[in-house]
Amino acid sequence: MAKILFKKQLSPAVYQIRVEAPLIAEERKAGQFIILQIDKDFGERVPLTIADADTKEGSITLIFQSVGKSTKQLATFEVGDDIPVLVGPLGTPTHIEKYGHVVCVCGGVGIAPMHPIVQAMKAAGNKITTIMGARNKDLFLMKEEMEALSDELILMTDDGSLGRKGLVTEPLKELCEQARKPDLVIAIGPPAMMKFSALTTKPYQIKTMVSLNSIMVDGTGMCGGCRVNIGDTVKFVCVDGPEFDGHQVDWENMMQRMNAFKDEEDESVHRFGTHNANHKCRIDKMTDDKIKENEKGA
Amino acid sequence: MSNCDTLHTLDAEAKEILAKINARTEPLKKSDRLAIKPLAMPELNPSYRARSMDEVSCGFTESQAMAEALRCLDCKRPFCVEDCPVHIDIPAFIAKIAEGDFKGAIAKIKETSLLPAVCGRVCPQERQCQLNCTVGKFHKDVGKSVGIGRLERFVADYEREYGEIVVPEVKAPTGKKVAVIGSGPAGLVTAADVRREGHEVTIFEAFHKLGGVMRYGIPEFRLPKEIVDREIETLEAMGVQFQTNFVIGRTRKLMDLLHKDGFDAVFIGTGAGLPLFMGIKGESSVGVFAANEYLTRANLMKAYDTQNADTPMWHGKNIVVLGGGNVAMDAARMALRLGAEKVRIVYRRSMAELPARAEEIHHAQEEGVEFCILQNPSEILADEKGRVRGMIIDRYELGEPDAKGRPKPVKLEGQSFEMECDTVLVAIGNGSNPLISQSTPDLKVNKRGNIELSDEDRNKTFVEGIYAGGDIVLGAATVILAMGEGRKAAKGINEYLASK
Repeated sequence: MAKILFKKQLSPAVYQIRVEAPLIAEERKAGQFIILQIDKDFGERVPLTIADADTKEGSITLIFQSVGKSTKQLATFEVGDDIPVLVGPLGTPTHIEKYGHVVCVCGGVGIAPMHPIVQAMKAAGNKITTIMGARNKDLFLMKEEMEALSDELILMTDDGSLGRKGLVTEPLKELCEQARKPDLVIAIGPPAMMKFSALTTKPYQIKTMVSLNSIMVDGTGMCGGCRVNIGDTVKFVCVDGPEFDGHQVDWENMMQRMNAFKDEEDESVHRFGTHNANHKCRIDKMTDDKIKENEKGA
Repeated sequence: MSNCDTLHTLDAEAKEILAKINARTEPLKKSDRLAIKPLAMPELNPSYRARSMDEVSCGFTESQAMAEALRCLDCKRPFCVEDCPVHIDIPAFIAKIAEGDFKGAIAKIKETSLLPAVCGRVCPQERQCQLNCTVGKFHKDVGKSVGIGRLERFVADYEREYGEIVVPEVKAPTGKKVAVIGSGPAGLVTAADVRREGHEVTIFEAFHKLGGVMRYGIPEFRLPKEIVDREIETLEAMGVQFQTNFVIGRTRKLMDLLHKDGFDAVFIGTGAGLPLFMGIKGESSVGVFAANEYLTRANLMKAYDTQNADTPMWHGKNIVVLGGGNVAMDAARMALRLGAEKVRIVYRRSMAELPARAEEIHHAQEEGVEFCILQNPSEILADEKGRVRGMIIDRYELGEPDAKGRPKPVKLEGQSFEMECDTVLVAIGNGSNPLISQSTPDLKVNKRGNIELSDEDRNKTFVEGIYAGGDIVLGAATVILAMGEGRKAAKGINEYLASK
């Protein structure tokens, strides 16, 4: 059981909570995640990346979007309530070293898992350019924290209400075209965003890591549900990942697998009743033309 | 037991046998005992149970158990005891049943076994205690051996239902602390045996519920979870501590338990939690699941209860299971219960080589699972959405025996065909989960990732104070073998702590 110490609604469908988890706070490293259940008997296992940790308080910070039945229910938990099941830290930590110039591309709730990576990459002596995308100015998470950590912060909105109007892949492409190319790109966000970020950097042969959020059950390598094709091999996101070389990921299969239970999930949300925040990520609508355009530009 | 329509007939038959014997004046001779027909297990009707999570086997009645017990010859050299991985004094407990002393019988079993209600249900008895039974040998049919497993189950259930569960005695506190990693059969046995000596024991479990494979793997219809709960309560009553949602290797490093947390010894019983796949084209298609995932969703996460469970279940209609072991049988039978219209098992050897328990194969057949033997897929086919639509199946014949003595399947060229299906469940075995070995560099592991032992009689690893047993050492095996390993490890730990 993990007590909720703090809760804040960041946007209509996004929440930040800090929960008591002293051992996880002590052991966790950038890139790792936890699994929680909102009910011990019938709850599903929900993986969430650790956004931050405080070893003094013995707490971890989680940021989640209330999209499914469980996350909607979690959003109703208040300070002082216990999360019945919380286990972690899971996954292989991000490989941190001094690369030189690291470009961190993140969007939506993907900003939360990027935060500890930016922290660690900065601490390792890297120059950090962060590109953050959101639909509008009100939906940026951890903007101040990311601004403080980054040498350069580029904000992108769909409606132009803050920063530039457009998609995160646009400034990413510009950075790739500079004479001094980035040494590493990390992209975290909706699958389509990661896919197109990887496609953007591929022609420039810039190593691009992505953090995959496949469907998983146990999170310790036991069920194999989270497997993804990486090049010619099959890897488990929960133990081999969540981070992989974006140029090697079989995105089509990964996205198909993520939708495996779509009907059941919709049904579950419907039964739960609160049918709100029907969020649709704009980048999901990116067309094949855009890919071709990206490829042509290379 | 209301749906068990054969129960009354079978019970009446048993009563008749007992009445005849009780009417006798002279004692039973060996030939009399051999003349008693094996008592049949009352079971739910196959068409009913194939759509229900209720336990398939209903268990012997008192009369049936007493009649079956009379079949035992009380051999001078009891092969059954030799072949039992934990060496239960089988003739002694059976003699107690024959006398009607069921409490005495269970006490006898519990001298050496911790989980009789589980073992009576899931042990492959025909390959262990019942394999060399003199009665079976006499009838030249291992199926006619004394029903040791059924009798074991009967007395364990009797104790749970009618009596008080006897909590094993715990010696005075020693001040020593032992960590047990994993709450499956190996861990539970180790915990109990170490706790008996007066040491403090904490079991660390990665999942939110205890029991390991008995919880997430073996389905409700074969091993009701209530039984697992009761067995674990006995350990709680002994003062064993449980720490769920705790992944050793992640939440805490194994060596930290010894160096920082004050544990004097550690037992690793993490099981064989790494599903193997075929490595064929199309295996990542939507609708291909490791049996582990399918069963974990259904059992641990209760996804079969679609009204209450949040974990979604995959509802295939035309399901193929790859593999022929107990996990394959469990997955196939679970698929029927989840509403599949057609369930096939595809296995590359013949019926005789199926590694599953005879009873599971028999039950699966009765329930309508089809067996496609001497077949194996070479590719899984998907539709334009990436969902399974079928498989390319190759045909095989049996060739020369392999290193293990099993005939090697040889592919028949030019006989491949397409098999239609919407779901593929892969149940071809498990490797060992690398979480602990990766984060504990001093442990020695073999090529397959199994932890190597420096002392096999005590299940001691190459690191002082660390013991290991069950599937993480053996590779995928059985509940009872894991228990036997736990017993040896506990002996090793108790000796080690006594010398410290």
